[in-house]
This record gives sequence, C-alpha cells and structure tokens, in this order.
Amino acid sequence: MAHAKKIVVGLGTCGIAAGAGTIYDTIKTKIEETGLEVELSITGCNGMCHREPLVEVYDEEGNKFLYGDLNKRKAELIFERHVVGGKVQERYLVKEDRDGTPAHEFLSGQSRIVLRNAGIINPESIDEYLERDGYEALRKVLTSMTPEQVIDEVVKSGLRGRGGAGFPTGMKWKFARAAQGDEKYVICNADEGDPGAFMDRSVLEGDPHAVLEGMAIAAYAIGASVGYIYARAEYPLAVKRLRKAIADAEERGFLGKNIFGTDFSFKIKIKEGAGAFVCGEETALMASIEGWRGMPRPRPPYPAQKGLWGKPTNINNVETYANIAWIILNGGDKYAAIGTERSKGTKVFALAGKIKRGGLVEVPMGISIKDILETVGGGSSTGRPIKAVQMGGPSGGCIPSELFDTKIDYEEVNKTGAIMGSGGLVVMDETTCMVDIARFFLEFTRNESCGKCTFCRIGTTRMLELLEKITAGEATMDDLEKLESLARQVKITSLCGLGQTAPNPVLTTLKYFRNEYEAHILDKSCPAGVCPNLTTYKIDTKTCTGCNVCLTNCPVQAITGERGKGDTYVIDESACIRCGVCRDVCHFDAVYTE
Amino acid sequence: MALAGEIDISKVDEIVKELGTGPEQAIPILQRIQGEFRYLPPEALDRVCELTEITPSQLYGVATFYSQFRLKPVGKYIIKVCHGTACHVGGAVTITDTLEDELGIKTGGTTSDGLFTLESVACLGACSLAPIVVIEDETFGKLDPKKALQIVNDFREREQQGG
Ligand SMILES: Cc1cc2nc3c(=O)[nH]c(=O)nc-3n(C[C@H](O)[C@H](O)[C@H](O)COP(=O)(O)O)c2cc1C
Ligand code: FES
Repeated sequence: MAHAKKIVVGLGTCGIAAGAGTIYDTIKTKIEETGLEVELSITGCNGMCHREPLVEVYDEEGNKFLYGDLNKRKAELIFERHVVGGKVQERYLVKEDRDGTPAHEFLSGQSRIVLRNAGIINPESIDEYLERDGYEALRKVLTSMTPEQVIDEVVKSGLRGRGGAGFPTGMKWKFARAAQGDEKYVICNADEGDPGAFMDRSVLEGDPHAVLEGMAIAAYAIGASVGYIYARAEYPLAVKRLRKAIADAEERGFLGKNIFGTDFSFKIKIKEGAGAFVCGEETALMASIEGWRGMPRPRPPYPAQKGLWGKPTNINNVETYANIAWIILNGGDKYAAIGTERSKGTKVFALAGKIKRGGLVEVPMGISIKDILETVGGGSSTGRPIKAVQMGGPSGGCIPSELFDTKIDYEEVNKTGAIMGSGGLVVMDETTCMVDIARFFLEFTRNESCGKCTFCRIGTTRMLELLEKITAGEATMDDLEKLESLARQVKITSLCGLGQTAPNPVLTTLKYFRNEYEAHILDKSCPAGVCPNLTTYKIDTKTCTGCNVCLTNCPVQAITGERGKGDTYVIDESACIRCGVCRDVCHFDAVYTE
Repeated sequence: MALAGEIDISKVDEIVKELGTGPEQAIPILQRIQGEFRYLPPEALDRVCELTEITPSQLYGVATFYSQFRLKPVGKYIIKVCHGTACHVGGAVTITDTLEDELGIKTGGTTSDGLFTLESVACLGACSLAPIVVIEDETFGKLDPKKALQIVNDFREREQQGG
C-alpha cells in the first residue's frame, strides 16, 4: 500500500467557480487536524472544466490519481479513505464520462505545446516552471543566438498570430526589428474580449512564466527593453498570478537588468483594461495604455512602425507568446511539421455550450471540427444533435453541422464565412435559435462599437433593430433583404476590424439557416422555441405522468397540476417567461413549444 | 453605501501621489478611486484634475467610455449576470429576467434598500460552467433561474440575520 504524498487542487477560475476553493480549505484543515505529512499544492486549469472541481493525489511511488466532480463531502471521504487509509476511491476517479465513454479520449486527442505546463505545475512557483525547462529558451537565445537567428527560427516555425487574424509572427518581428527607433516596445494582448472564450485566461492563470519568457524573447529579437501586458478587467486571478510571476522572475534575474549576464535588459509592466471589447484591437489597445479612450485609428502606419507613444511596437496575443519558448527549444522545423500547408502547429480552443466535455483543448491544426466536437469533446451534452458551432465570437460565424468536416486551418475556416478567431467554440443544438444568436452578437457589437466611425456605429444599430423586428415576429421579407445589404455595406466601410467583422454572425446564419429567419417572418414562429413573442410552452397531457418535476423547477410558478394526474398539468402563458427549464427537466418529453 | 459629500478626499491625494500625474495614469487612477469608493464620486474626479496633468475632458471621456466605471453609487452587493455567448446559449436571459422581477429593478439599477445592484457582463471566462453569476468575488456556475433566485435570497437572509 503506497502512501499519499502530495495533493494538488485545480485552482483556476473555472475550478474556483465550481467550488475548488472550499475543497482546498477542506483538505488543508484535514491535513492540519491529522498532522499527516502530505504536501498540498495548487495548479491551473488542466482543461477538464466539465469535471471541476478536480483534485490529484500522488503516492510515494509517483502514481497519480485524478478525482473529479468533487464536493466537500467527497473530498473529506477521499482524504479519510485514500490519503489516510491508503485505499483508492475508484468511484470518484475521472476514468469515464457519466455515460461510460472513456474520459482519456479528451486528453489523448490533443497535442499540448501552449498548454504544456497548464494544469501540471503550480503557476505560483517559479521553481516548478524551471524544472520543466523554464527560461532555458531565453538563456539559449541570449547566450547563443543573434536576434536575426531568433526571428529566422520563428519564421521557419510558420507560427501565425493566435489573436484572430493569423498574421505570420516571424514577419511581424522582422518589421519591428527593421523599424528605426531609439526605443521600442513589446505588448502582450491579453484583452480576450470574445464573449465565450477563455484560452488566454487559462494560459495566464496556469503558466504565466511561459508568456513572460515569450515576451522577453520577442523583446530581444526586435530590440525592445520594455514590455506591457494589457489584461482584461474581468481576469483578477490572471493579473494576480502575473504580478507574482513578474516579481519572481525579476528576483531570479530572468527579467530586469543584464539578464543571464548579457547586456540585454527587459522589464514588464501590467496594464489592466477597464472593460471595452474594442481595446482588443491593437491601435485601440495602445491608445488605452496611453491613457485615452480606446478608439482605433486607421492603419498604416502599423504598430511595427508607429506604435505605443509613436515608437515601433510588436504586439502579439498571449497564446502566440506561449508558443515561442517551445519553438526555440525544439526548433521551428519541428513546430512546422505539425499542421497543414499554411497553418502550422497547434491551436487552443475553449469548448463551451451544449458539449459534453466542455473545457480547454489544444489540438493540431488540420484536425476537423467534427473530431474536436466528437472525439475530444465527446459530442452533444443534451442528447439532441449538434446543429452548429459558433467560431470566432462576434467577428466570426456559425458553422452548420453539414460543414463539420472543415479542417482547422485559417483559410479553410474563412471559406465558411466564419473566422478562426481566438479560439472560442460555442456548441449549439436545436434549442438554440440562430436568429436570436445573430441578434445577440449584434447587440454586443452595437454596445461595444466605439462610435468613431459612422458605418459601424449606425450600421450595427440599424442591423440590431432589424433583427429585433424579426425575433419579435414583426418583420417582412423586405426587412430581410435590407438586413443583408446593410451587412455587406458595414463590412466594407468600417474603420477597424470590429465593424468590418460585426456582420459575420448575421451573414453566416443567413447563409446556412435562412429557413429559421423565414419561419420567424412568414410563419411567425421560432423553431427553437426561444424568441418569447413567438413561443408558447405547452404540456402534452397525454405523455405527462404528473411527476411534478416541472412544477417544482419552474422559477415563476407558472405551472399548476395535481401530482400523479398528468392530464391536470398546464402552463399559465401570461406568467411563463419562456426559460425552457420545464422542457429541460421533463423526463418524458411532455413539454413542447408552439 | 458611501453617499456624495461623505467621501474622504485625502484618499485621492494618496492615490495620485503613488501613481503619478501623467495623462497615461488616467485609467489606473480611476480604477483605484473606484476600488476605494466603489464608484467615481464627482468630487474625487475634480480633485484628480486639480492634482494632475489630466484634463476634465480626458478624465470624463475615459470614465464614460469604459464599462468598468460607474458614476453612480452602488449597492452593497453587486450581482453580475454573465451574458457571454456560452451563458446566453445556457439561458442567461431568463436568469436576468427572473432577478429583475425578484429585485424589482432593471439591469443597472440598485434596490431601494441599497443591498443589491444588478449588472450584466460579457463573459467571465468560466464558460464551461455556464450560465454564471458573480456576486462580489464569489462565482456561481451551472445555474438556472431557480438556483439564481435561491442564491440571491441566501445573501439577503444572511444580511437580515447579520443586521
Ligand atoms: C475588435 C477587435 C478585437 C480584438 N480583440 C483581440 C483580443 O481580445 N486579443 C487578441 O489577442 N487580439 C485581438 N484582436 C486582434 C489584435 O488587433 C491584433 O491583431 C493581435 O493582438 C495581434 O497579435 P497576434 O498576431 O499574435 O494575433 C482584436 C481585433 C479587433 C479588430
Ligand atoms: S460566456 Fe459566461 S463565462 Fe463565458
């Protein structure tokens, strides 16, 4: 019987949201009470957000046992029986999904470069990063490579920017290197504005040093001595871990003056965003760092020529930087061996929505959407077939299930009308209304439009009005035509990427789900049962068994009925808020919409 | 709840002293002021303009541009309902509807007892646990309208027992 030696609790934002903080406290108290010599540590997100809270128990022989779906009671039980008693608690181990499919498919379908340490090391310990070759790439670069050699290696890797647009990173560095200037900057874009995406957050929370190391290498390559990380306002934990990481790296001499005894000096500052999606756009982001409203300006000049405070600046996304150290240590060729002709390496995706194994995944470029959803993600979480997947957030589009053979590749995804984007994948089934989704995104972009250019400011407003008219059942086919032509105009006339891509959710849903638009307009019905004006919830009294589960779950007491008598159950239409909870909880499919 | 006129303006002086007076400090200064008072009191903003190179037009421009900043006092507990894509697909709209009903306020409003302010945010980065609500620093995931109500009522009960 091997004794437990170390317990690791997953403390990323998702883990904490699922209650991992309580689990950590519970175990800590237990260790103190029992006086056992067990090490308690933390780690970031390992990607299995769908099984949070997660705890790993290591025994003396180095065996690892991963427990999932924990609560306080289960954590106590595992402590008493496994940690104290030495008996592995089979039934709480993460081995199978709830329906019996093997859980390891989730990880075996992945290739981890960016997430090489996330969920494995303690992100607050620089020593654990160093044990896994941390700052070795920076050492190699500073002591044995010229800036040009570094850039060549990145060019060779074929790495393209992971912030959305996919511009070749090596080329960008080349431009910034070539630009004349007494002072240059590097910026890490950690604004992650796509609502439905959390890749960058997980990287920052789970492996902050990897981002710092990537930035330092970029700084050496272009000749900068100051870097900024622009972090999203909603990510307090990421900022906290970054601050600690920067302080630790400075103390050990990986940041600061004369790094590795060379004449290269580099320091990193954190700037916290204040809640504006448009600040993810690079020129708006720089205006925001300078202390102004985050309004984009026309490019050129590009940041590589005239960036922060008018100086040459290299700006990359979090995930882009997190790839760099691996590329330096393993070689650009090895990175380029993964992927397709024009999209190399891996991409991290945030899987959410109606998917069984929601969480963070890193897959090789070239994998099909179907493989991500089925093999890695385990398919639909609702039992209903997946209808579409939203890719690229407000700038992207909805890809229908017929196109799930599409490969993850910048150009292939563009062909569908969506974009690769930063990596948010939100999965939808037939209970998601595609017109409502388009309306949702337009409401978002309308609110987030900075107002500088008319086409975006007024165009998104007018498009939203038309979409609201459609979801309310008050539109005509003329309105649909107006919407489509407006969408095309806003796309070509807007100043920055926000307006240029804002129509994408509308155009893709119009292309693939026009029938749903027509149903709202011609039949005055919402096939998904979402749009309140067009939906009535009903109970089929023949199938209803009177189990009462809908009645107890209705948040507004709109359902009445006598337990055991299925034919007495009715929904009061005037009280119903169309939340769909009764349909979701009904075991007998007795709730339907009209 | 801090009311206008009751604020300790010397805090502003301390913040400015620590952060500096250049225009690039506008956002960090506002963030710290809001951290102190939970909103941006007009007296505090006036004081910033006196002490720094930041002009009223820049300061108010910034304060009204970024959604993080609030120009009105808020309740003791800020309830943030996530309206990101995953949470929207997961039913965030009905959670907001239910809470608006229960609290008798619209999103952006504060209850008359000063206990709750209801807000909406776009993605808190915990999408796989959608739909999400954050109350102060506590995150609640995998909600439905009923659970959300329960949580808010728990806060209220705790408060009533405490006071
Ligand atoms: C409206 C808008 C929002 C954006 N948001 C982000 C973001 O949140 N994160 C990001 O890395 N890039 C974002 N970008 C892209 C940046 O402008 C820029 O291309 C990117 O940071 C460059 O880094 P990369 O080459 O490593 O991708 C956004 C662009 C637009 C137009
Ligand atoms: S969409 Fe709500 S947490 Fe991301």
